[in-house]
Amino acid sequence: MDLITPEYGLFVWQVVVMLILIFLLTKFAWKPVMKAVGEREASINDALASAERAKEEMANLKADNEKLLQQARAERDEMLKEAQDMKKSIISEATEDANEKSERILEKAQVTIQSEKKQALLEIKSQVAELSVQIAETVVKKQLDDKKEQMILVNKMLDDVKLN
Amino acid sequence: MILSQLFMATHKSSKITVALMLMLILNSFASFAQLDTEGAVDESFNPTEMIMHHIGDSHGWHFFGEGEDSFTLPLPVILWTDKGIATFMSSAFHHDVEGKHVVESNGQKFVNYHEKIHVLNEGEAMLKYDEEAHAALNANVAFDLSITKNVASMLLTVVVMLILFIGLASHYKKSKSAPKGFKNILETLVIFVRDEIARPQIGDKKFMKFMPFLLTVFFFIWITNLLGLLPGAANVTGNISVTVALGLFTLALTIVNGNKDYWKHVFWMPGIPTAVKPILAIVEILGVFIKPIALMIRLFANITAGHIITLSLIGLIFILENAGVAAISVPFAVFITVLELLVAFLQAFIFTLLSALFIGMAVQEHEHH
Repeated sequence: MDLITPEYGLFVWQVVVMLILIFLLTKFAWKPVMKAVGEREASINDALASAERAKEEMANLKADNEKLLQQARAERDEMLKEAQDMKKSIISEATEDANEKSERILEKAQVTIQSEKKQALLEIKSQVAELSVQIAETVVKKQLDDKKEQMILVNKMLDDVKLN
Repeated sequence: MILSQLFMATHKSSKITVALMLMLILNSFASFAQLDTEGAVDESFNPTEMIMHHIGDSHGWHFFGEGEDSFTLPLPVILWTDKGIATFMSSAFHHDVEGKHVVESNGQKFVNYHEKIHVLNEGEAMLKYDEEAHAALNANVAFDLSITKNVASMLLTVVVMLILFIGLASHYKKSKSAPKGFKNILETLVIFVRDEIARPQIGDKKFMKFMPFLLTVFFFIWITNLLGLLPGAANVTGNISVTVALGLFTLALTIVNGNKDYWKHVFWMPGIPTAVKPILAIVEILGVFIKPIALMIRLFANITAGHIITLSLIGLIFILENAGVAAISVPFAVFITVLELLVAFLQAFIFTLLSALFIGMAVQEHEHH
């Protein structure tokens, strides 16, 4: 029965020891430990929250950057397109110009050809006239001679003219 | 929660059953041994006495050896008598626990009869003891405030705890970061008590107020349990006086901190027919006291049972007087001791958890329905 009969002395000591222990540890251990642990937890939570915020800001910044980049890309595309257009227009303008010029040159050449042709015809006409006169002279000179001979002469002279 | 309590209860009762069975078996072996060696009855090994001696309290801290040759640390004996306080060292009894060696102090005569110190009546020179009535005929049991083995062991726990936790607290004066190594383990345990025991049972708002008690009780029980497993150590948490004191702390906290709602639920339970209310009030009032009593008995019985099983297994070797038994006994005893390491933590955890639960019930804000 000794086993389950409380002894007053030990009971009293346990109560006293417990009270002293609670008092001492509360003052010198539990309070500072709990305070420090609590503060550390709070600071960790703060750090986590601020990290989260920084992450969000970063994401925002990234989105902004993306936007800017997109804008820049669009601008570049536009510029390229403009340049291409300009190139095309310049080329087409140049082609037109060249065409016009070449047509003009051709026209001028034709005009010159025409005028030179006229002149040549005029010269031919005058030479024919001269030759006709000469032939006529010769024919007149040889009027009395054989008719046959006259024809040969005329043909010969005409040949000469052709050769000319 | 109820399930785990049930489990604990069955776990506990099965363990106690095993302990009791072992003791019965040992006793029958021992009586055989006594029969075999007639004439030398007194010298034969008495396992009950050995076990009771080991799990009980004593005035000196005995380590090894027998009688005058034993190595025993003398501890102060402090007695509160009619004639004032008498103090002397336990070595004054010269290892006598049969009430034969009389010590004179403060004009009175004292004898140690089975670790109970008696004050002899005036004029008496020897203790006369009635074995049948279990009472001394010419002496009274003194009010004993001695630093017994258990008290000394308790003080050792106090020293260990002060060194550990004031050491932990000193870390935070130097740096705000988490401590490293052993201090980190301590901090983790402190946080464990806070987050797994106090906060869920008592609630976010009020748990801080009870943290000092819960932390102290948790570490006190755990460290004392562990120290109790060392060879030659005292069986402090397996002593009913100690667990009664610890349980009364929990009871006092629930009574002092119980709010209006709690007492209303105890004395006049709302939401049930009026006729049933007085009946339930009786049950609830009993419950207020039975809850901490269950705490006291659970801790005492678990730790004592563990010690009894280990001692019984070792005792088998001496009862059978055969060293070969050690081949079986010792591994079993080692197994039980390892199990006790787990139980040491488990009992500290359960005591603290249930204390927190009872306190939580007392301070809980009920939603009115």
